Amino acid sequence: MIILGIESTAHTFGVGIVKDEPEYILADVRAKYVPEKGGIHPREASLYFMREAPRVIAEALQTAGLRMNDVDGIAVALGPGMGPCLRVGATIARALSVYFNKPLIPVNHAVAHIEIGKLITGAKDPLIVYLSGGNTIIAAFVAGRYRIFGETLDIPLGNFMDTFVREVGLAPPYVVKGMHQLDKCAEESKEKKILDLPYVVKGQDVSFSGLLTAALRLVRSGKAKLEDVCYTVREIAYSAIIEVSERGLAHTGKKEVLLVGGVAASSVLRSKFEAMAALRRVDVKVVPPKYAGDNGVMIAWTGLLALKHGVTIEPERAYVRQRWKLDQADVPWGDP
Amino acid sequence: MTKPMYRGETPKIIALGAEAALIKHTFLGMPAVYKVRLPKPYRDPKLDLRLRSERTATEAKIIHDLRLAGLPVPALYYVSLSEGLIVMEYVEGDLLRDLINRRISGYVDLVRELGKVIALMHGLGIVHGDMTTSNVVVREGTPYVIDFGLAKYSSELEDVGVDVHLFIRAVESTHYDVMEEVTIAFFEGYASIAGEERVKEIKEKVKEIRLRGRYVEERRQKRNK
Repeated sequence: MIILGIESTAHTFGVGIVKDEPEYILADVRAKYVPEKGGIHPREASLYFMREAPRVIAEALQTAGLRMNDVDGIAVALGPGMGPCLRVGATIARALSVYFNKPLIPVNHAVAHIEIGKLITGAKDPLIVYLSGGNTIIAAFVAGRYRIFGETLDIPLGNFMDTFVREVGLAPPYVVKGMHQLDKCAEESKEKKILDLPYVVKGQDVSFSGLLTAALRLVRSGKAKLEDVCYTVREIAYSAIIEVSERGLAHTGKKEVLLVGGVAASSVLRSKFEAMAALRRVDVKVVPPKYAGDNGVMIAWTGLLALKHGVTIEPERAYVRQRWKLDQADVPWGDP
Repeated sequence: MTKPMYRGETPKIIALGAEAALIKHTFLGMPAVYKVRLPKPYRDPKLDLRLRSERTATEAKIIHDLRLAGLPVPALYYVSLSEGLIVMEYVEGDLLRDLINRRISGYVDLVRELGKVIALMHGLGIVHGDMTTSNVVVREGTPYVIDFGLAKYSSELEDVGVDVHLFIRAVESTHYDVMEEVTIAFFEGYASIAGEERVKEIKEKVKEIRLRGRYVEERRQKRNK
């Protein structure tokens, strides 16, 4: 079985082609929208996607050495994400499905991050820590779905980090040579000072909006060195995530942790996770940077699992779902 | 910890949670629980110390305030902020959860009594943060509230509402077959202290809390149908 998957939920228009046997991944082509300043402008991103889409699809087929007729199904991320961006991928996928008479497979973007993580790391039944620009979720598979045990009450970790470095003038670019500007700035703190900034964990949930406001106010007041604020902010944000992850482990009794999503690439965060895991005697598995960010491969792979379980959608009913939460997506293939 | 406190029977670990270890032992000859917030290797040492001592201080203060006000909570024996340690009375008894599950006679009265205790606690500007029937120990007919690890000082209706919401949700999942009488008894007890008006206000808040968050999309879908 060969599946072509389309990702277009935020900044990346990606097309991946996978098959159901090793080496699994046949093609992985991406076009990433990088704003000149500020964050992602959904309309600008969607216009960029429209320009890039034909090239990305053709290149993916070419890399795999395939034609559209060799493909058994078209998978598409219908959500969650930004409306204008999602609609580009959805429109193209519907058109391909109808024109080439291939089944259309709806994929939840968050589920896809998890499935590609499981494929690549070999994790079987992990506690999932999903950290990206748009998501901060602690979840585990229970009875047909990935259930959420903890999440952010306001802004996601990635969004928090990006907003902070942008507001203090360190970004864009947000990530340089695989290192986030926040990590880079924090490493420059010589004294490793912990300033008086709020640390908010409520039960299983985290909250970053108060920390963001207080940290920006502190920087603007000039009362602290920027690198010390970076260090404090990073230590607080990462510690909060790990604390709720540890609670999730205690609560679910899972024996491994799987880190997925774009923010999982941070080596500092990973080493902190490893320290916690050693304490609780569990394994940590991290999606390698190449597949941690948004890509078409994860959509194709999840689409393949879904199609094998008979999950398809009629093109005329394949609406985008901007708020399609992780725990609202059925995962009939999920039993470990 | 200094050595002399360890004299007596052998210490026994009761629970090893994500936040703290609970050890049963003695303190000056009295049965005691040692709650230790252990250092976390993944936290900056200064941040770690700050969090552990802040949380230890808040928890100890709250237990102490409640006890001084005459509420049934463990007595505070000893606190060390730098070690993240609280030593408190060991309340010997059965969990309210087990008593309800065993349907012992008078369990409804115990819940009514608990309603009074919680109303008095809220009246003092304290919320528990993890109100379940597993956090209530019954000794000689009195429901003792334990584990104030997530408790805080707050008089806001929001926080009070969350406390009551957590209790109801725990009852729904643990005691679903006697849920109605348990909930009614809880509110009867609560109202006898705080008044019917206040209970009405809290019930409204609980309703609002339950419609929040996760269920946003379900709400939207209903509207669109």
